[in-house]
Amino acid sequence: MTHNPGAALIIGLVASCLCLGASASELHVPASVTAGSGLSISASGSGTATLYVIGPGTAIKRKVELGQAIQLSADDLQNAGRYVVSLAGDSATFFVTAGPVHAIAFLARPSRVPVDTPNVISGTAFVFDKYRNLVLEPQTVKFELSANGQTVSHSQMTKDGIAYTKLDSSKKEGVAQFVASSGPASVRRVVQEVASDPCSIRMNAAPNQQGILLRTDPIRDCAGNLVPDGTIVTFTATDSEGKSTVDARIRQGIAQAELPASNNATISVASGVVVGNEIQWRGDR
Amino acid sequence: MKRGLPIAIIVLTVALIAMATIQPKQLSPARSPDGAVRSLFAQVKARDYAGAFSYVANAGDTTEQAFAQDLAGRDGGLRTYSSLQAADTKILHATDDEALVRATLEYATAVGAFYNTRDLKVVKQGDRWKVVWPVTKQANVPPQVIQENYLRWDVITRGARDDWGAQNVEAPRVRIISMNAIPQGNNTIIVGEVENEDTVPGFVSVGATLVGASGKVLGSETSFDKISHTLLPKEISPFRIDFPKVRLATVNSVRMTPNSLLVPASADPVIGVLHQRVEVDSRGRHVLRGELLNESGEIVNIPHVLATYYDKSGKVIWVSDGYVDQALLPATPVPFAVDLRDDLAPQVQSYRVTVNQYMLNAKD
Repeated sequence: MTHNPGAALIIGLVASCLCLGASASELHVPASVTAGSGLSISASGSGTATLYVIGPGTAIKRKVELGQAIQLSADDLQNAGRYVVSLAGDSATFFVTAGPVHAIAFLARPSRVPVDTPNVISGTAFVFDKYRNLVLEPQTVKFELSANGQTVSHSQMTKDGIAYTKLDSSKKEGVAQFVASSGPASVRRVVQEVASDPCSIRMNAAPNQQGILLRTDPIRDCAGNLVPDGTIVTFTATDSEGKSTVDARIRQGIAQAELPASNNATISVASGVVVGNEIQWRGDR
Repeated sequence: MKRGLPIAIIVLTVALIAMATIQPKQLSPARSPDGAVRSLFAQVKARDYAGAFSYVANAGDTTEQAFAQDLAGRDGGLRTYSSLQAADTKILHATDDEALVRATLEYATAVGAFYNTRDLKVVKQGDRWKVVWPVTKQANVPPQVIQENYLRWDVITRGARDDWGAQNVEAPRVRIISMNAIPQGNNTIIVGEVENEDTVPGFVSVGATLVGASGKVLGSETSFDKISHTLLPKEISPFRIDFPKVRLATVNSVRMTPNSLLVPASADPVIGVLHQRVEVDSRGRHVLRGELLNESGEIVNIPHVLATYYDKSGKVIWVSDGYVDQALLPATPVPFAVDLRDDLAPQVQSYRVTVNQYMLNAKD
């Protein structure tokens, strides 16, 4: 739906000039009111006339008695913006401004970030009043990022209803709570801080009933975090019978796999582009 | 004479119906080595495994049930979803009482035509030829408990009641780490590898668009099943995209579009690929052989093997794939073989095999 306040105003003014049985009036309206609060308009003169009120998403037409206070209810004035009042040939304008902060729309990006990376988490907060009007008056928005018992806090003033910040990810992996708050309003988002690529991989080999049991030491990124569970680690053994591979999944930092028995095999391990140590297997060692 | 013709027609009709409905209890004996093989597979095609078993010479070494399972499949494997379409036979060598016959079998399966070649020994018993059926003794896994520490990813996605600022969890980052366009006759084939660089699993597909002279689009295709769609963190899958009837010489550029979706997934099962080696098969073609070993406790019904071949500079030069028509039972090696283009075989310096899998009772 589109509004054309100019056209509506002209129609209103023409209509108000056509009203009969009313003497000339003088409108008195405040310069601004807060959204959701009522308004009293005083108009001089006598007789009845038609009142027109046109504003953002609002169009009111009402028969009123001149010379008496005209009430506009809180429900009539919920949307912030410029309003035009027209009555018996006279017109006036006033502004409805947003009320106090009641809600926040919070955009936190991205949902997953690597640990120990500067300015990687962005938060954008839009502050709204009770009637979803953007609060244009400067407000303080507090951004808090909590992970692993540590909290980083940063306050920003809104400009045109928007506050923005960028924060570093922490050094330890985990689920970070990212909260934006202003006045009574508070919104929480979750940002997962995840370990980076393995820094190095080291494996050990031992004989078992099925063949060779291969097991890595705990695999960590260069910040010391365990690499996430499920990350693929490829064990490869090459001997005279060919090449054998197992794509093992890391569980609690460790990957392990069984490869067939061999008397003379070269065994290697890798994850993504990171290559680990190599073992020359001679039957039982 | 007027009555004679109708009576003759009625008698003939009854005789034809009787011939069609009354089957001989005894199948006709095979009088030649390839006739025995053909007769056996004719009964298999009609799903008459008892009839097919009557052409087996070594009936004492196996049971009719095991023979039927060998041909009809078991455990929800691909062969249980297939039917024999054709069997071509060729005598490789023969004496008076023994012969070796090659049977080339074509199955219609849920994933397309499936070919199987068997070299069967045929012996003469009395006046009839019978097939010495190769008995495959499937190792029975002893009763045991296999401890599984199931690793799963579940996803809570944005709901209808969330406010508009609530972000959804992002799709995993995937990257095409290599790509190569190669000609094959009048066709253009795009091969390469895609990696899930993220820490969450993803459902991945790769599309390609060929662009010709003056920016004209020559065709768009996707990797379809020539890729492992579910990629765990740091997992690399090969992909192959075929453009039939598009000559590589007409292609100016290729636009690649990797797509990924965040999906719930399980890290199991782990399938080992053992004893991989490139060989020349009995038909003189290059194949990559090996064995698959299911290291988990659940049956993998339909394994799908994807092989990536690299040249000496580490560039992907070919990707081939093949379904295995047997289910993978826990801790039981199953052989596989995938084709390698003979013209590319001399350039192959190394290769990598990955296994895609379909499970009937999969949790995801």
